[in-house]
Amino acid sequence: MADLENTTDDSIIVCDDVHKWFDDFHVLKGITTAFKKGEKAVICGPSGSGKSTFIRTINRLEIHQRGRIIVDGIELSDDLRNIDRIRQEVGMVFQQFNLFPHLTVLQNVTLSPIWVKKLAKGEAESEALALLERVGIEEHAHKFPAQISGGQQQRVAIARALAMQPKIMLFDEPTSALDPEMINEVLDVMRELAASGMTMLVVTHEMGFAREVADRIIFMDEGAIVEEAAPDIFFDNPQNERTRLFISQTLQH
Amino acid sequence: MEERAPNPVIKPPTESKGILRWLKENLFNTWYNALFTLLAIVFLYVAFKGILTWAFTEANWGVIPANLQIFLVGAYPREEIWRVWIVIYTLGLLLGLSSGIWGGLALRLALVIGAVGGGVGIILAFFPTAFFNRFGLLGGVALLAVSLFLGRGRQRLRPWVLGGWLLSFPWTMIWLHGFAGLPTVLTSNWGGLLLTLILAAVGIVVSFPLGVLLALGRRSNLPAIKWVSTAYIETVRGVPLVTILFMAQIMVPIFLPDFRIDKILRAMLGITLFSAAYMAENVRGGLQAIPKGQHEAAHALGLNYPLTMLLIILPQALRSVIPAIVGQFISLFKDTSLVTVIGLLDLLGIAKTVIANPDWLGLQAEVYLFAAVIYFVFSYFMSYISQKIEDALGVG
Repeated sequence: MADLENTTDDSIIVCDDVHKWFDDFHVLKGITTAFKKGEKAVICGPSGSGKSTFIRTINRLEIHQRGRIIVDGIELSDDLRNIDRIRQEVGMVFQQFNLFPHLTVLQNVTLSPIWVKKLAKGEAESEALALLERVGIEEHAHKFPAQISGGQQQRVAIARALAMQPKIMLFDEPTSALDPEMINEVLDVMRELAASGMTMLVVTHEMGFAREVADRIIFMDEGAIVEEAAPDIFFDNPQNERTRLFISQTLQH
Repeated sequence: MEERAPNPVIKPPTESKGILRWLKENLFNTWYNALFTLLAIVFLYVAFKGILTWAFTEANWGVIPANLQIFLVGAYPREEIWRVWIVIYTLGLLLGLSSGIWGGLALRLALVIGAVGGGVGIILAFFPTAFFNRFGLLGGVALLAVSLFLGRGRQRLRPWVLGGWLLSFPWTMIWLHGFAGLPTVLTSNWGGLLLTLILAAVGIVVSFPLGVLLALGRRSNLPAIKWVSTAYIETVRGVPLVTILFMAQIMVPIFLPDFRIDKILRAMLGITLFSAAYMAENVRGGLQAIPKGQHEAAHALGLNYPLTMLLIILPQALRSVIPAIVGQFISLFKDTSLVTVIGLLDLLGIAKTVIANPDWLGLQAEVYLFAAVIYFVFSYFMSYISQKIEDALGVG
């Protein structure tokens, strides 16, 4: 708890001893960390390390069973109003894009502003078109998700999350389901977003992106944070044996 | 700027196939297919010769026009039948306006109904019957056409037309039953096709949303709602419709002696509650096919449960189960014939009473065939519309 108080001053996310179980399986074993406003954090680790589960607890897609998570001064609890407020402030991008296939690209982006923020349709559409232009998809605004490529879909997904003007963006392996030639178009959008000052938590295997963009790299294994450090220290002088093994394996190819 | 010559358009090779070639390729391409073809021709000849000979020489079709009134409206009094026309014209007006305003599927619906109505109307125009104006149906088709043109481009009529559809059921009921100075026609006199259509329409319109709610309930995280929905669905599915109709008829008056609920209303209730359970399972099948990611994406965007269901999950789930849902509608339509067991005279009930009439003894085949054709026309109509819905939504 002492740790918690020290970090609350300019922290937008505070996690204190977060635990989670899937039935008997202990997925998160006491995660304690904090993220500053505007920080870009990359979370990496072998599969099954709990990294996806961890960022999904931050907008409560996964419910933590012990410990505390405070997002922008609001503690995540069973209180539904808190969850709704936090979800409007936290955008999320998924590995499988999860665009709504029955809606056009434009409708995907305007849906939440219209229904949750109660924006007028015209206003929502002009904002959405501006966002689609920012991610380079404006000419596909009236197509359906199935008619555009994976990379384009993921950029739409980013625009859709940004449409709610979130303070924090969560990326859950945003490039893992993409064909190799499409990875960069998504990473470029994320780089641009990072430069704009957005707070970003990114689970990814793209170590080049991590080294270039991240303020801090968090390495997780078996449900716990093993090591966290700035990228140059993390890659060039890792302290932990498991981190060294992971880096040598990921950088080999 | 220089005009560029358009790329030459190459048409696909036309495969001109003569009838003989088609016959050879599809019916006589091997010796055994040739054999089957010949056998089938012999079979069809024998079967159709019998049926056609019967239909044109032996059958006594006089039973149909002679009893047309009770086939269509049962014991509804002759001098009040104009009220049925009011209802038909109201629905025609609403359908015409809707198809003009929305176009697309509503337009297709109106065109099909207009075409069938027009065809039947022309036939009726040649058969002067005592009990209704023989040009009544053609008048309805004309009204449909006129309101279609009136509705075109009038987008601001939308809320009024939607409200009209909502009110069309009570409107139908008060006209048929009577209000203000109009003489009351007891529901026990409603019958024939009129009753069949009312029961089916109410059953379909009410059981659908009820089924959706039950399906959502069964998948709910709240144990009480989940348990109640599941128990309801499983109980109702474990009981034949006939039993439910009997229960509604006999048990309700026993348990609720102070409530005098109309017999037709009780039948509607029974059919609707029965169909809702099946509807729920159809919808649940669609809900289960929606990937978890769709729920997560909706939640992550801040959509609450009702919005997630209404905007994201149900539109996708329902379109994938349209065939099953329409199948359920069709079977509900045909199941309304079971109301004869509780003494209501729907189309099939009327058919039975006509056969039992000493004036028309021995004419089962004609009467049942007539009833079957009517059932088929409506069932096929629903099937056709469902195919068009699927086309319009780009599924299937």
